[in-house]
Parts: sequence; C-alpha cells; structure tokens
Amino acid sequence: MSIRNWVLALSAASMLAMPAIDSAQADDSIYVPLFTYRTGPFAGSGTQIANGMHDYLTMLNERDGGIGGVKLVVEECETGYDTKKGLECYEAVKPKKPVMVNPWSTGITLPLIPKAAVDKIPVLSMAYGLSASAKGDIFPWIFNPPATYWDGFTQILKYIAEQEGGGIEKLQGKKIGYIYLDASFGREPLPLIEQLSKELDFEAKLYPVAAADMQNQSSQWLSVRRDRPDYMILYGWGALNSTAVKEAVKTNYPMDKFISIWWPSEDDAKGGGDGAKGFKTLNWHAVGADFPLIADIQKYVVDAGKSQVSDKSKVGQVLYNRGVYNSMLIAEAIRTAQQITGNKVVTGEDVRRGLESLNVDEARLKEMGLEGFTGPVKLTCADHNGHFSTFVQSWNGEAYEKVSDYITPMNDKVGPLLDADAKAYAEKNAPWPTRSEACDAS
Amino acid sequence: MLYNIFIDPFVQMVQMPDLLVQTLWEGLVSGVLYALIALGFVLIFKASGVFNFAQGIMVVFSALTLVGSYEKFASWGFSGPVAAFVALILAAAVMFVLAVLVERVVLRPLVNQPDIILFMATFGITYVLIGFGEMVFGGDPKQMIASELFLPSGAFDVEMLGGRVSFQKLDIAAAVIASVMIAGLAVFFQKTRIGRALRAVADSHKAALSVGISLNQIWVIVWFAAGLVALVTGIMWGARSDVSFALEIVALKALPVLVLGGFTSVPGAIVGGLIIGVGEKLGEFYWGPLLGGGIESWLAYVIALVFLLYRPQGLFGDKIIERI
Repeated sequence: MSIRNWVLALSAASMLAMPAIDSAQADDSIYVPLFTYRTGPFAGSGTQIANGMHDYLTMLNERDGGIGGVKLVVEECETGYDTKKGLECYEAVKPKKPVMVNPWSTGITLPLIPKAAVDKIPVLSMAYGLSASAKGDIFPWIFNPPATYWDGFTQILKYIAEQEGGGIEKLQGKKIGYIYLDASFGREPLPLIEQLSKELDFEAKLYPVAAADMQNQSSQWLSVRRDRPDYMILYGWGALNSTAVKEAVKTNYPMDKFISIWWPSEDDAKGGGDGAKGFKTLNWHAVGADFPLIADIQKYVVDAGKSQVSDKSKVGQVLYNRGVYNSMLIAEAIRTAQQITGNKVVTGEDVRRGLESLNVDEARLKEMGLEGFTGPVKLTCADHNGHFSTFVQSWNGEAYEKVSDYITPMNDKVGPLLDADAKAYAEKNAPWPTRSEACDAS
Repeated sequence: MLYNIFIDPFVQMVQMPDLLVQTLWEGLVSGVLYALIALGFVLIFKASGVFNFAQGIMVVFSALTLVGSYEKFASWGFSGPVAAFVALILAAAVMFVLAVLVERVVLRPLVNQPDIILFMATFGITYVLIGFGEMVFGGDPKQMIASELFLPSGAFDVEMLGGRVSFQKLDIAAAVIASVMIAGLAVFFQKTRIGRALRAVADSHKAALSVGISLNQIWVIVWFAAGLVALVTGIMWGARSDVSFALEIVALKALPVLVLGGFTSVPGAIVGGLIIGVGEKLGEFYWGPLLGGGIESWLAYVIALVFLLYRPQGLFGDKIIERI
C-alpha cells in the first residue's frame, strides 16, 4: 500500500471512530460547546470573551477535575459573529448533547429561541439577546441574566437623571442621542426608547451604523454635531466602539456625557487617546485580576500554557472578566443541576432546571474566590434574568474605574413592556407552546 | 414630506454652511480612501481579468504585519520611528512574497482557466490569509503606529461661514499620501516599460505573450503594487479606527466605486471614489434622517446605479459595440 493510501485509510478510520469517541464522552463527561469568534470583523471583542470563558472552564478541569468530579468537554465553534455560521455551529453540536449553548450574538440567539424547547438545549444569552426572554413562563429554555438591554438603557437614563441633579423627571426636555449597531443587538432597545421618550418626555435622536460602516462613522457624528444631543448612548460592538470613541473625541463631544452599554473594552477606549478620558460604560463586575479565582486561572491555565491569551495583561480586563463571569454562570448552573437531580452527568433538561434554581449568593461567591467581584445572582422559574443592578465605570486613560453606586433598572417601566413584548412574541409565533416544564421549589 | 425631501435639506445647507463644508470635506476624505481601495481591485483586474476578492483581507493582513512586526521589535526593546520604518519595509517585503506566492501557487497553475475559476481562487486566498493572520497576530485589535510613522494627529479648526470647520491633520495626510500614491502609480504604469507591458497584458494576454512580455513577471508586479496599495489603505483606515479584521469589510465600500468608475480605469476609481464619498455623506447627513438613518451603506450603490443609467460603460469606459 502506498503512503497516500495509508494516509487515506487512516483518515477514514479516524472519521469512523469519531462518533464512538463522542458517545464515550457523553457517558462520563459534560459537553459544553462555546460559540466564539476569534476571526472576522468582531474578533476584537470576541477573542477576549472567548479566552475568559474557555480559561475558566479549563481551570475547573485542571484544578478540580471538572464539576462534581465530572470532566467538562469544552469545544469552541467559530461563528465569526455571523448568524448563518452560528446556526451551523448549533446543528454541529446538537448531536453531541450539549448541556447548554451560549450563542454570543443576539442575531444567533433569536433563531435559536424556538429551537431550544424542541431540542431540549437551554440557551444562555448572558446580558444580550431578546430582552423579553426573561419571562420564564413563556421562554422556559432561554436565560439572559443578569440584566437585559432594556434594563441597561433605563439604568443609563437613571444615571443621566442623577447627573442632572434629580430623579427621572430631570430627563424632561433633554435630547438624548442613541448610536447603535444597525443589527438585532442595536435595534433591540428601540421599542423601549420609543415608549420611554413619550412617557418621560425626552427627545430621542437615532444614529444607526451599518456593520459595513463601523469604521466610517463621520456622517453619524456630523449629525451629532448638528443635533447637539445633551447625552449620547452607545450600543456598539467590535470596531464600532473604538471608532465611536475616536469620532466623539474628534467631534469634541463631552466624554463625560457619552455613556455605553456594557460592551466596550479597554482597547476601545485607549484608541481615543487622552481625549477619551471620562468615557463611561455600564458594568456589573470588577475589572482586574486581583481575585483568588482569577489567580487560579493564571496558575492552572495561563501560566501552564493552556490559554490562548496572546498577552497576559489581558487577563482581568473587562471582556476577559465578562467571559469568566459567563462561564461562572455555566458552571454554577451545572453544579446546581447536579444537586437537584443527584446525577453527576447532567443533561440539557437538568441544566435548564439548574439555571432556574441558580442562587449564587455572597457566601458562594466568596467560596469560589470571587468575593467583591460581582453581586449575587438568583434566578427563578418565572424570572430568567434577575434584572440586577449595574454601575457606571469611567475610563481614566489607563483603566476603567467605578464612578457610581449600583443602579437598579426602571422595573416599573420595563416590566409591563417585557410582559407585552413576550406576549406579542408568542402570538406572532403561534402556536407557541404553553410551558409544560414543572418548576422546582427554590 | 415633499418639503422635507426637496426644500429642507437645502435650507439647512444655506443656514449652516459650515456643516455643509464639513460634510463635503468628510466626503472627499472618505472618497480618497475608497479610491485607494478601489485602485487595488483595478490594478489586478487590468492585469489578469480577475476580480480580486482577497483585496480586503490584504488590507488587514498588511496592516497587521506592520503593527505586529513593530510590536515584536518593541518587545525586544527596539521601538520608535526607526523600528516603525523597519516594520514598514518588512510589511512591504511580506506583500512582495505574497505576490510571488500568489503567482506561483494560484495564478500560474490556473492560467487559461475561465475567469470564474480565478475569481474563486481569490476566495481561497482570502480564507488562507484570514486563518494565517489570525494564527500569527491573533484577533485582538491593535493600535496603528501612527505617531511612529510621523502621521500627524489633532485638527485645524477654521472659523468660517459663521461656524467652525474642523480639518483633521490625519485626514489631510491621508488625502496627500493617497494622491501621491495614485499619481506615482499612474506615472509608473503610463511612462515606464513595465507599465506599458501591463497595459499590453490588459489588452490581450496572447498578444502580449507573442511580443515577449512575461505574464508571470507582470502578475507579480501587479499583485505587489496592489499589496502596497493595501498597506497604505490599512495604515490610513487603521489610524482612523484600529487595526483589526473589521478592516476587511471596509473593502466592500469599493464595490460601488468600481461599478461607477469601471473595473479597468484608474481615473474611474479616483473620480468614482470621490463621487461616492461625497454623495453618501451628503445623502446620509441631509436625507438620512428622513429614512431613519444608516442609509449610506446602500445609498452608494444607488448613486452608482443612477450614473450607470446614463453611462452604462462607467465613467471612463469606452462604449463596447459587439457585432452579432
């Protein structure tokens, strides 16, 4: 047999052997696919998140032998932040019985919402995706803690009102600009903005940026110069954020009045130079690596050469820690599922129950080595989000620093709108299945 | 509604002439940068009849090579302008090696194949460069080494027409550098022996071969020239935002320019770029709010198509009459 034939034969044999390996893994391990994007236009944001997610789960394998003694099989699937590729990833991982998927794109999350209940795979869209999917009675398989895009918008509005010296009545007569990625993510808060601008009597000016023009925003910022909004709110991703910061600096827009949802990284602000000082974003967890858990990630993963971080200083930055937070939710949901069911190797259905019973309190955070990293998270059968508080952090030229107390969302405004939107979603997608999953006692 | 479409924008132009000047300036700067991208496509199309889908990733790859090399030098304690210019030369050298590889591995084996095969091959080049670039440089965004390359920062603010018009020094530098580059390429291709050979190849591969012109050599030169254009484009766009794989989609902006200016005309790429740049900025700024904003990404195609209704051969193309 020639070498070529040997190679072909070996390749064929290994392909045939693969399903057997997968099913063997399914018996004594927990399969956790990670939808990531380390390439493409949004890789600047996606890479750091992917590293944080991957490194936390790898650390659990290395330090603890997995969760509850069961190894995690962590596999990345590259989506490029492309909905079509994301759906291909979903179909590719589905036969391997994942305990949950993390789409890391609102565009990918939306088409997965109807699939999740059918395939019995919970979807964790952490602080992104469809805001109304917080309603557990209508979306039993979708989870989006710790806050929705709608919550984030109202938290920014409350912060603006506070800067103006009072309650939300201070928003009256203000002009608030909203610059956003013209995609599912950026368009998500538009119904809320329309509603709240009427209720609170502020003028909303919209500045959509197409993905192809992320790095070419001069038209939008010329419009900002013409409209002179009192505050600007940013819902951007990837290069949109860094370009927006640069354009704001170029336009001499006051940076202390430029506030973003929770996605900009240090790199996004750094590009604006000294002029970017004062740029603000929401956040709900600490930045920095000074936590015992992150020290363990350093020790067991980064220093051991098992991480893909190109630069160790990235560990502890905003988006790396965001990835760590996401994987903390994954791991705690699996751990809770093990406790509820008594099974070590849990299924998607078990982890869905684990997510509904998730209760990461202060004691548990301390036990994990994350004391002071973030606030407690508790989800319920009815509330898959929690609508937790966030704070405002400001760029000081070197790093982000916390500049506000925790801000609660406007639950009185968002709650009824979420109810209505969830109901409208179910009607639009009729016959939407009535929830049949029982609730665990929490 | 009719007032908002036909009257109000012009009233705004008269009432706020400073913003009109600013919009025109931003449009011209964008237009010059679009022309640069389009030029990369035109060079390769002229020489080989191939629409080079990889031009966008060449912009990313060249800029990443420049910044990545500089970062590597800096990690060895060698930083500053000298290191930056060494990195620049290295990036240009890498684009030359890429041109040689493309000619040897892709074009030469596919010679005489239908154009669609060559076009698909450029898809392959794109994905190879994405994978290789990601493997070598990672996906993290990088800051362009603008100050090390003596690119200016800051702005000239000019009080005029009852307001303020801001001219970014970087934009002025971009316009100057792009103009010099375009002029240099025009002279190279019009006045030198290689340039004449390129034009001969563009007219007919067979006729060029029959008079002893080396197709392979011309292809290397043209791909290298397109690589240099990509490098300059990457530096300019990277300095305006950052250097990341997002630069790849900036290349999409060249498509309406090519539709308008034609795939084979260097002047067409330049004038087309300026028309698209100014047209989309004016459209977005004055008429965009009527349609909810964000119209410039498709408005560029509308502008190009409207022009084509009156000049189907493009701005500088000749009428093609085929006998049937």
